[in-house]
Amino acid sequence: MTFVKTKIELSKLSEGDTLEVLLSEGEPLDNVPRNAREQGYNVISVEHVEGTTHKVIIRK
Amino acid sequence: MAETKKLSIIAFSGDFDKLTAVFTLGTGAAAVGYEVNIFFTFWGLDAIKIKQGRSFTGGNWLTKIFGFMMGGLKVTPTSRFNFLGAGPRIFRGLMRKNNVATLEELVEAAKALGINFYACEMAMHVLGLKKEDFIPEVKDVLGVASFLKLSDGGETLFI
Repeated sequence: MTFVKTKIELSKLSEGDTLEVLLSEGEPLDNVPRNAREQGYNVISVEHVEGTTHKVIIRK
Repeated sequence: MAETKKLSIIAFSGDFDKLTAVFTLGTGAAAVGYEVNIFFTFWGLDAIKIKQGRSFTGGNWLTKIFGFMMGGLKVTPTSRFNFLGAGPRIFRGLMRKNNVATLEELVEAAKALGINFYACEMAMHVLGLKKEDFIPEVKDVLGVASFLKLSDGGETLFI
């Protein structure tokens, strides 16, 4: 579902826009950047925020 | 370019939990680029009714009573732990608490991702339902032959 939400948000953006996604470790953090790359989006950065939360920036 | 993958789901059940499975799988697949078709039949038709509560939709007195008893998305029972209708409310609460998408959110996501919704012609006849009773996202009313053609070459699930 995390990628579903990410995908819907990405669809609202224009080419070149970026999206910040906060993800928990485990499945969401493995899944979202991988699927985004597979679908041709540019994963700019993955950075640890706090605890188990990570911030991923994706460019459309 | 790789061929588009395809997932077709026959949504037979009108149970809250099974419909949650239908929409979780459907949206997940659509998000990773699958073409997704959902064929709603029999109890599953409850998920796509415009009137999400209980209403006397149907052709004659019997199907109108059935329509009222079946209801729509908001009153779907759980297949287990229904507790006379309290079950879905408990599960919705648990889902929200754990940041898991609720059934309504999943249906909205399915629409946003352009999942194809189809309604079963035969079940609609039996239950006295018309295409106008369904949400506008329902693309078409189909029979088995058309659905088989549509799902050909992909994966099919019955839920």
